[in-house]
Amino acid sequence: MTGSKEFISGNEAVAMGVRLARPGVISAYPISPQTIVVEKLSEYVDDGSLAARYIRVESEHSAISAALGASALGARTFTATSSQGLLYMVEGLPFVSGGRFPVVMMNANRTIAVPWSIFNDHNDSLLLLNSGWMQVYVEDAQEGLDVVIQAFRIAEDPTVMTPVMVNLDGFILTHTYELVTIPSQDQVDAYLPPYATDHKMTLEKPVSLCIGAGPDWQTEFRYQQHGAMLRAGAVIRKADREFGDIFGRTYGGLTEMYRCDDAEAVLVTLGSITNTVRAVVDSLRAEGRKVGLVKIRYMRPFPLEDFIGLGDQVKAIGVIDKDISYGYEGTVFSNVNSALTRRRKIPATVNYIGGLAGRDISKKNIETMYRELLDMDGNAPEDRVKFVNLRWDNE
Amino acid sequence: MLDVRWYGRGGQGAFTAARLLGQAVSVYGDSYALASPSFGPERRGAPVWSCTKIDGEKIVDRSQPVSCDYLVVLDETLVSENMGGYLREGGVMILNTARPGKHTGVTHKLVTLNATRMALDILGRPITNVAMLGALLGISGLTGTAEAGRALERTFSPSVCEKNKQLMRRAYDAVKGGANE
Repeated sequence: MTGSKEFISGNEAVAMGVRLARPGVISAYPISPQTIVVEKLSEYVDDGSLAARYIRVESEHSAISAALGASALGARTFTATSSQGLLYMVEGLPFVSGGRFPVVMMNANRTIAVPWSIFNDHNDSLLLLNSGWMQVYVEDAQEGLDVVIQAFRIAEDPTVMTPVMVNLDGFILTHTYELVTIPSQDQVDAYLPPYATDHKMTLEKPVSLCIGAGPDWQTEFRYQQHGAMLRAGAVIRKADREFGDIFGRTYGGLTEMYRCDDAEAVLVTLGSITNTVRAVVDSLRAEGRKVGLVKIRYMRPFPLEDFIGLGDQVKAIGVIDKDISYGYEGTVFSNVNSALTRRRKIPATVNYIGGLAGRDISKKNIETMYRELLDMDGNAPEDRVKFVNLRWDNE
Repeated sequence: MLDVRWYGRGGQGAFTAARLLGQAVSVYGDSYALASPSFGPERRGAPVWSCTKIDGEKIVDRSQPVSCDYLVVLDETLVSENMGGYLREGGVMILNTARPGKHTGVTHKLVTLNATRMALDILGRPITNVAMLGALLGISGLTGTAEAGRALERTFSPSVCEKNKQLMRRAYDAVKGGANE
């Protein structure tokens, strides 16, 4: 199989990326808007183009449990879910991460009930920031395919051994068709060797996995898990560089900085909205406005160093959150502000809560954000949390 | 960037047409495209719209288009008074109808064809999405019928594909001839 160009959806791109990564086991339960991923993968297993065991399960709780078991036997393992399904998996997620099993999961970002809805926002995955899984958010279908392949390599790195959740915005990415370059199997095989580990159950060498630990050791286990995730930052950067050497496409490390070198106003984004913000940055730059974009790729591990290293000329930072932690502010905003306290010079920050349950964030909305940031001249408003496109005035 | 907006009812293939166009101009042409369905639950018979964005460079604007260059309407019961408001300056609406006189005044420029009749003649079923794609190509020249034909080959089984190619060509020629304009 050689590389080719296809006009496919984000879901299909993920399924093709998974097939190229040659997993041994797929254990998944369908849910909108992820369904096409598991449909395609089951077709690939059925037509023989993917030599994997596809486990049909009766729920997401079982999907993650079976994935845990498969990974504990040394199989490269994939699952996929969304929203309510992710929430139904919650009990299993820290089992997988604490047990140090490098499962890769695709999550189609969809809001959580109630009000019930199948449309996109980040309230599902951001609820699970503390689950011990790495979280990466992609901007388009190509990045979705490429990052799935990278994710196995990062998760399985012997110094990391931590699962990865690959997030694609529901519908906006999962159901939009676009031009995607499909790598050849030879290229992917050269980049991603088969998963080999001693961290598994075998009859020849029996070991205890997913063990209990009391006050005498629990802290040390947590410390090591934390350290592994922090070390993953360097592994992620290296995995992306080497991906570029083979495939000719790179995405950066934990963030991508877009036109930030002399920027005075910066927006911080997660996921597909990055695409539209890029377009607005270009048009405002053409007017001579000093604006830039920080695309957060990984929420865990968090890109602390990247925010510390942002130039001192940055006067104001706006954070777009497609989520809200009720009674406080957007989750990305809290994380960014926490990182900014480590700087000598702390910019003014504003939180734009938008895109909830699929509401559009227009180019005009984004232009307005940039103009507000430029106009505030380094002084944040008293109420820093603003809802975008609210039908009432923000109080 | 050029925007095409397709209107139909769930099951009529308005999204398949949007995707075929995107595939034709990007995989078999030298442009970039995004094709999106109406997001949300699938509902057969309900009004749906889809869109194809086309540009010479990689498209990064994923916001919902507020206006378009071409409005392609598969089902005339969806025509509303304000539909023409979505059209940009110089935009064209392409409408499937047997009664073109009924829709004058809907928009600045209206092209009509009886795609349902054509589909019944060739496919034996009133599935008009490929006919409307042919009409759009005839009016717009966004890409050739050869490129669109290759997209059809990737989508349909050989027998269905051949009939749809005929249908696309019939609609293409009809609007080129301007007989129904």
